[in-house]
Amino acid sequence: MKKAIVFKNVSKNYKQLKAVDGISLTIEKGEFFGLLGPNGAGKSTLINMMAGLVKPSNGSIDVMGFNVNKEYQEARHSVGIVPQELVFDPFFNVREMLRFQAGYFGKDKLNDKWVDEVIERLDLTDKASTNMRKLSGGMKRRALIAQALVHRPPVIVLDEPTAGVDVELRQKLWSFIKELNNEGHTIVLTTHYLEEAEALCNRVAMMKSGKIVALDSTKNLLKEFSLKNLKVRLQKNSIKKITTLLKETPFDQEDDWCTFKLKKVSDASNIIEKLNSLKIQILDLKLIESDLENIFLKLTSKN
Amino acid sequence: MNTFRDQFIGTWTLLKKELLRFWRVAFQTVAAPVITGILYLLIFSQVLGDRLEVYEGINYLVFLIPGLIMMSLLQNSFSNSSSSLIQAKIMGNIVFLLLTPLSYLQLFFAFLIAAIVRGMFVGICIYVIAMFYVDLPVEHPWFVFIFAFCGGGLMGAFGMIAGIWATRFDQMAAFGNFVIMPLSMLSGVFYSIHSLPPMWQKISHFNPFFYMIDGFRYGFFGQSDTSPYLSLMIVLSFFIILSFITIRMLKSGYKLRN
Repeated sequence: MKKAIVFKNVSKNYKQLKAVDGISLTIEKGEFFGLLGPNGAGKSTLINMMAGLVKPSNGSIDVMGFNVNKEYQEARHSVGIVPQELVFDPFFNVREMLRFQAGYFGKDKLNDKWVDEVIERLDLTDKASTNMRKLSGGMKRRALIAQALVHRPPVIVLDEPTAGVDVELRQKLWSFIKELNNEGHTIVLTTHYLEEAEALCNRVAMMKSGKIVALDSTKNLLKEFSLKNLKVRLQKNSIKKITTLLKETPFDQEDDWCTFKLKKVSDASNIIEKLNSLKIQILDLKLIESDLENIFLKLTSKN
Repeated sequence: MNTFRDQFIGTWTLLKKELLRFWRVAFQTVAAPVITGILYLLIFSQVLGDRLEVYEGINYLVFLIPGLIMMSLLQNSFSNSSSSLIQAKIMGNIVFLLLTPLSYLQLFFAFLIAAIVRGMFVGICIYVIAMFYVDLPVEHPWFVFIFAFCGGGLMGAFGMIAGIWATRFDQMAAFGNFVIMPLSMLSGVFYSIHSLPPMWQKISHFNPFFYMIDGFRYGFFGQSDTSPYLSLMIVLSFFIILSFITIRMLKSGYKLRN
């Protein structure tokens, strides 16, 4: 069995609204999978259906071969979810909360060693006896991640794990999540930070209005949708000139920089030649490669 | 994969957490209702004391104590499950329970037993303190226990229903102020319903709290306003009905899983 998560024609309707619209998707064991999309795209609804927090209107979801509705106990043993919101139980400290969470999964005192290891690996040792209320946002986020790991699930789902987290902590969380993936955990990450998906994920699905609009390896997506832009800096009076003279070569202007979208690299030399033939002086130039953000914006933009 | 042992540990963990939750704030959850109960006792013992005899050979103060114990037990059992659920829902940490393999029955029993334990603990505290004032007989200890257990369970289940249904703290407060408080105050805690006009006596028989208080009081004195077996049947029936509704709500995920 190689499949970690299988979504089969999954839909969720809220009256007229189709929050998730017939999604079929398979995530293999050991993958680092990214789920991207703007707010309201349906990412969290999809995750919540997998976690059993929301019931699908149609379709089925299996985690490690267990149906999340019919075999919910086995399915929930197989998955650890880090929720998006910084939620916590204000009555308990970090260690107590983690031990309770492990206990709900049937883990007894023998598991306490693992709980302490998770605490240590997430740099929470100093705060283990601190009440959850007294933790900073970053520490609460770490405690949430620890909570998802205490029952040793093979699949870990992180719903916007680095939202509102400072750069240093983000880097630490990235390396910790990478470590988990290297240890064999299947990771599903939803994120707004495209650089995060680009740096971490082997494969990415982009969602819009409840549907998947792109699904491929991060590498292939970058290759397939790659756009190269030529940016040239011109004198301001020259910009006015080329607006009329280069009607067939559209460009975007920002201050004295003009950006030309290239279909192929050779287009760059054609544009430079044209500018030279028009005796327009080039003050500076850059060739820019597109990143996941460009692809994301292209795929999810209204037009 | 999810063995019986896993399920036992899961239920026990949730029960332990629920017990610790109220114990951590025992000043509010135990001391406060005990002090309220003792204040009632002090006031009524000063005002009425030995001047009234409700049942033969039982003065008013002695009559009052089982009613006060049961009223506090019922109110605290309700508070335990309802406040735990509404707080977890509003704070969002209910998600930690919903993500686990705990079944609806495991959730039900853990919350229910925690509610009964808190109610009984408050009741025992009032009983122990009251023993310094009066000599309270216990004619039928099993009746005392069974009414305390079923009453606490019934209110624990009712608290779960309220906690699942309510989405705001004011809705929960409305349950307490407009349902629990009037029903418990008008249940015969402070009087025998035989002292009421006939119409109010009849109305009292529609109040399930009356049967819980009256049956519990029978356990102490061997005397009651109505048959203790009828009271037991009615209390058990309500306990079963409310438990059934709670289990259905938990199983369907009503207001929890959508």
